[in-house]
Amino acid sequence: MLASAWKAPDRPRRVPEPFVNPNPFPRGDLALRRFELALPESVNDCLKVLAAHGAGARLVAGGTDLLPQMKNGLVKPAFVVDLSGVAPLHALTCDASGLRIGAAVTARAVELDARVRATYPAVAEAAALIGSVQVRNLATVAGNLCNAAPSADMAPPLLALDAEAVIAGPGGTRRVPLTAFFTGVRRTVLGPGELLLEIAVPPPGPRSGGNYLRHTPRRELDIAVVGVASQIALSDGVCAKARIALAAVAPTPLRATAAEGALEGQALTPASIERASRLAVEATHPISDQRGSAEFRRHLVQVLTRRTLTTALARARA
Amino acid sequence: MARQILRCTVNDEAVEVLVRPYDTLLDALREELGLTGPKEGCGTGDCGACTVHLDGRPVASCLQLAMQARGRAVRTIEGLAKTGVLHPLQDAFVRHGVPQCGFCIPGVLMAAAALLAENPRPSAEEIRYGIAGNLCRCTGYTTMITAIDEAAGVVATARS
Repeated sequence: MLASAWKAPDRPRRVPEPFVNPNPFPRGDLALRRFELALPESVNDCLKVLAAHGAGARLVAGGTDLLPQMKNGLVKPAFVVDLSGVAPLHALTCDASGLRIGAAVTARAVELDARVRATYPAVAEAAALIGSVQVRNLATVAGNLCNAAPSADMAPPLLALDAEAVIAGPGGTRRVPLTAFFTGVRRTVLGPGELLLEIAVPPPGPRSGGNYLRHTPRRELDIAVVGVASQIALSDGVCAKARIALAAVAPTPLRATAAEGALEGQALTPASIERASRLAVEATHPISDQRGSAEFRRHLVQVLTRRTLTTALARARA
Repeated sequence: MARQILRCTVNDEAVEVLVRPYDTLLDALREELGLTGPKEGCGTGDCGACTVHLDGRPVASCLQLAMQARGRAVRTIEGLAKTGVLHPLQDAFVRHGVPQCGFCIPGVLMAAAALLAENPRPSAEEIRYGIAGNLCRCTGYTTMITAIDEAAGVVATARS
C-alpha cells in the first residue's frame, strides 16, 4: 500500500486533564518569615516565655518538621522558643527503671544507643527510619510525636511499650499515657504554655520482644504507607501481654486492642498470629491518598502485624 | 528585628557573627561568613546539598536555625581538607571524576566523611545508606560509591 493511501484511523481525542499539583507544600519563597527567637536555658524559663506569648509561640527542638512548615507558610509563629539550650532535655537514660527520652534527644542518638537497641529494639528500629542521617542528627523523638503526623514512625513502638508523655505546664507536671496524647491529625493534648519534657517508657519485662516495620516504596527518606509495632511478653509458654500499634491508618496512631486481646493468654502460633493480624485490620479506618489506597493499607496492616508479631516472638524467646 | 550574636567555631576558628533570629545555619554560613560550599537545594532537608558537620555529625544546615549552633563546632566542606592536602575523599573524587555539575558534591563529601569517621570500612550497602540523604540530579552515584570505597581504604590504613 502506498504511504499516501494511508489514513489515520478515527480515534476519540483524549483531552488532557488540567494539571493539578498534588504537592501539599506549593513552593514559594523558602526563606523563613520573620519571628523573634527565645533561647531559654531552663525548663522554668521556657515555661515563662510560653506563658508570655501563648498560642503565638512555637517550640523548636530539631526543627526538621517545623522549619519546612514555616518555610512553606503553613505555620507562621511570631515567636519561636529553642529547646536546644535546655540541658535536662538532652538526657537519654535507659536502666532497670525504664527508658526516658528527653525532649531534645535526637532520633540518631536513640538509633545508635546500645542499651535501647538491646532492650527496646522496636524504638531503635523506628528511630533509624526517620529521614536521612542528616535529618536524624537534628530530628528529635519527642518532636516526631508532637508533630503528630498520622504516619509518625516513633508513635507505634512507643504506644506498644505503654509509654507516657511527661508534660510541664503552668499548673505543674502531668503524665499522659501516649494512647491519650494524640487527639487528631497534627493535634495533641499539649495546650498553649505546655512543654513535653520527656517520654517515659516502663521496662518491657523478662521474656519480651518487640519489632517495628513500615512499608515505604523507597528504603530511605520516605513516609510510612503503614507502620506497625508489636510488643509481646511471654509467661509459661503463653502470651502474657501483647501490644500492637499502628500508624498511617487513622487520623492518629492507635492500638489494635481487639487483636491484642485475642493473643493474651494464648499460645503464640502461626494460627493465633494470623487471627490477630486479621483483627488488627478492624481497628483501622484508613484513607486513600497518593501513598496508597485504603484497601492496600488494610492489606499492609495484616501483613506487617503478622511479621512484627513473628519477629517479636522470636526476640522474646531468644 | 534585633540581631543576635552567634558564637561558635567554624572550621576550627572561633567566630562571632550577627545573625537574624530567622536565619538558618546555612544562611549564616553562606551570607555572613562567605562559606558558599554548602548549598541550598531544596531548603527542606530532602536533598543533602547543605550538609555540614555539627560537633562532628552530619546535619542539614537548612533545617537548623543559626542560633541553634551557638557554642557548637561547625565544619563545612571548606574545612574538610587540611591546609594544602586534600582529604582522601576529595582526592578520590577528583581522580574518579565524580563531580558532574558539582552542586551536590560538598554535601556528599561531608556525608561520606562523617560515614568514614564512624565506620572506616563500610560495605557498599553501608556507603549507599551513608549517602542516602544526598540527591545527585546528574545521577553520578556509581562513581561516588567507587570513590568513597577507595577513600575508605586510605582512611582505614592511615588510622591503623
